[in-house]
Amino acid sequence: MKAEPAVGFLALHDKRGWLAVAIATLVLCVLVPILSLAVPVSSPLHLPDYLVALFGKFLCYGIVALAIDLIWGCTGILSLGHGVFFALGGYAMGMYLMLSIGAQGVYKSALPDFMVFLDWKELPWFWRGFDNLSVALLAALIVPGLLAFAFGYFAFRSRIRGVYFSIITQALTYALMLLFFRNETGFGGNNGLTDFKSIYGYDLHQPSTKVMLYVLSALALLFTYLLCRYIVTSKAGRVLRAIRDAESRAMFVGFNPTSYKLFAWTLSAVLCGLAGALYVPQVGIINPGEMQPANSIEMGIWVAVGGRATLFGAILGAFVVNGLRSFFTAAMPNAWLYVLGLLFIAVTLFFPDGVAGALGRLKRKS
Amino acid sequence: MTRIRLSQTATWLRLVLPLIALVASLALAKIARADPLSEDLSGLASNDSSEVSAAIVKAANRGDARALSALHALEEGTLRFDAQKHLLIKSDTGALKDALSGAPATAQGKLEEPASDNEVRRALSPALASLSLSAPSAAVRLKAAHELGRPSDEIVPIVRQVLAKEADPEVKIALSLALAPADMVSDKPNDRIRALEAIRVAADSTFKSDVEHLLSKSPDGKFVEPEANVRAAARAAISAIETRQLLINSVGNTFYGLSLGSVLILCALGLAITFGLMGVINMAHGEMMMIGAYTSFVVQNFFIAHLPAHLNWYVAVAVPAAFMVSGAVGVLMERTVIRHLYGRPLETLLATWGISLLLIQTVRVIFGAQNVTVANPSWLSGGVEILPQVVLTYSRLAVIAFSVVVMLFVWVLMQKTRLGLEVRAVTQNRAMAAAMGISTRRVDMWTFGIGSGVAGLGGVALSQLGNVGPELGQGYIVDSFMVVVLGGVGKLAGTIAGGLGLGLVNKYLEPVAGAVLGKIFILGFIIVFIQRRPQGIFALKGRAAEVS
Repeated sequence: MKAEPAVGFLALHDKRGWLAVAIATLVLCVLVPILSLAVPVSSPLHLPDYLVALFGKFLCYGIVALAIDLIWGCTGILSLGHGVFFALGGYAMGMYLMLSIGAQGVYKSALPDFMVFLDWKELPWFWRGFDNLSVALLAALIVPGLLAFAFGYFAFRSRIRGVYFSIITQALTYALMLLFFRNETGFGGNNGLTDFKSIYGYDLHQPSTKVMLYVLSALALLFTYLLCRYIVTSKAGRVLRAIRDAESRAMFVGFNPTSYKLFAWTLSAVLCGLAGALYVPQVGIINPGEMQPANSIEMGIWVAVGGRATLFGAILGAFVVNGLRSFFTAAMPNAWLYVLGLLFIAVTLFFPDGVAGALGRLKRKS
Repeated sequence: MTRIRLSQTATWLRLVLPLIALVASLALAKIARADPLSEDLSGLASNDSSEVSAAIVKAANRGDARALSALHALEEGTLRFDAQKHLLIKSDTGALKDALSGAPATAQGKLEEPASDNEVRRALSPALASLSLSAPSAAVRLKAAHELGRPSDEIVPIVRQVLAKEADPEVKIALSLALAPADMVSDKPNDRIRALEAIRVAADSTFKSDVEHLLSKSPDGKFVEPEANVRAAARAAISAIETRQLLINSVGNTFYGLSLGSVLILCALGLAITFGLMGVINMAHGEMMMIGAYTSFVVQNFFIAHLPAHLNWYVAVAVPAAFMVSGAVGVLMERTVIRHLYGRPLETLLATWGISLLLIQTVRVIFGAQNVTVANPSWLSGGVEILPQVVLTYSRLAVIAFSVVVMLFVWVLMQKTRLGLEVRAVTQNRAMAAAMGISTRRVDMWTFGIGSGVAGLGGVALSQLGNVGPELGQGYIVDSFMVVVLGGVGKLAGTIAGGLGLGLVNKYLEPVAGAVLGKIFILGFIIVFIQRRPQGIFALKGRAAEVS
């Protein structure tokens, strides 16, 4: 006889699942900070700062991958424009970081340097309030969410789906990229926002600040994972999968696909905004290049490599692809595009269920 | 005998001496009354540029057209002077002739070239113009009047004199136009009206701000121009200028819109075949164009290396070559990757994106990451000026014509050939077509090959318009998809309408909203448009709409 299934929050995983989550959390949130801060620099076990920042970046990518898995893997909508939401979150945080530079910039003005350069006399209205961290964080979640909601509302209402939806999301990120490239838009144009000094009073160049941001990213990833897991295992998650597999049937059964899709889509955008807000202080720059259509497509391949609709596979995929990128761009820069291109082809042709699927098959065999 | 001889000589001398005296006095008189022009020009025989330019100005002020040949020679660098400061013109063959009379002459002593620097050239061009103004031929005068530019204060009176004598109406307008800057600030209202009249007839936009200044009010509330009838003339001149500018802008925008539209059509036609007819999202479509452009680069280099005499005709070889190379890459893609992904559009999208990365990197490795130059053949460089400021470049005209030819080619292929018939059959109902004995796999392969080949043709066109680099295709992929989606999937006519529409709207919006905002506006419009009409401009009707 099986034991009574656990209820509520604990039901998200079985015992072994929870154990895996706990171990991953311990490694990411405790082991890495100890190796970086407590282990002396001379020790071979010491984790250098740049690796902490790199891992922090990967964690943010992991959040993005989860967001895309939610909308693509579980709901069947491939977005080629998630880079926009990521970048918008990043820009909101970048605005806060920009204003917290204060008068320490090159021009010693309270205005951000690029505004002095453009000969602006005062902050534009949409920059007001961004000197407050909580306002900026809120904006990092709300702005991508609002954009996604408006865009999704019109798109899903007119029942645009499949590749059409993918293509217009690509147009969306392309249009916004062009918009942000303009100096007059008020976000630093081509150069974007950079040269940040401190966040909430902490020096961004201090190792302790880096580790702090890294731990925050790890916690955010854990939170996002549990949230997505909760949604996917809930009744709503089943409706999402029903929509993915047979939208018309789900409709005939009496569900309204539009509102479910809109929910998943908007939430996905909000999570990307969160990832962007955590990403920017760790890499120290945000510019319109993040909105390039190519970036958004690459985000999709993280999920495809990891394995769709598995959530933990998406995180794994983000880590694997970006790890490969870091390795190849340093070791064999010319080979990287070949690797990436072949990854795209191989995953779609030969491993449609990705790394997670391969792991699952291994487990079943043994 | 000797005496007689002496006396004879004396008699002879008595006869001859007065003659000599007469000739001498005549010669002296001639020197005294020497040709004033040759006196003016004598300054040209100098190595000092300020002396030379002073002489030019003097000659110009005299207004004698005979000085033209010497001044033209100075401009062309064929004027010489000898040790006697005699001005001579050296022809191509080396023969010398007198600068004033044009008679053959020989040099005495060393030949030298007069000073010729910027100062001289500055003096020379208005001098030539003002002298040509008195030429007998109306065409020469008109040309000279156009070349006058803004005459300097010394020349204005000369132009006025010429204008008073001028009979030809066209030359009169050109001259008044040249005088307009001086006339507009003249004290006499009649001068100002004449200037404005000339500006109105010529609709010359360079005067717009000056005329507008006349109509503005000075700080004390009075018009800058006190006379009401002059102001009326100024208003007429402004409206004429604005009408002309509107004409120029709309002609220019239409032309650029058409040429951008034909580029978009060339990019989108291939996509309309692969995406529209086969339902395959080919993200590597832009790279097919890039391959076409690089093919024309390779063909060009082959001609430079092996057939330099026929370099002008490399484009004729590049067009079929690009079609075949891109088509072959397309067929290869279809056979190796896309074939296995039919019915899974999102996977196809990702896989073809991967292929595009491979192609970009391969081209980068072979040709380098830098842009390469594909030069226009000589018969495509230059252009025809249909209005002032509106030049239709031959390369853009050729692209428009080329896209029409490609459209016809695709239309014939789809409507009049066996293959086209089979493609359309497979598009409408794959299972039924297969049941009728059509090899759908073979049709798929050929369709994809043709779609990619047409993209290669687009690449040849792009190579004639701008730089060729590995990322060439990436810039067009979003636009091409927009054209196909806007035009309606599966409809070639829709693609053409969509491409032309986008091209024209883009170019009309650009001056109003700026290039980037215009583009954003269009993307926004398309996003809204698809909401309203998901099937595009030319929607499929009936059952076909349900199937796709």
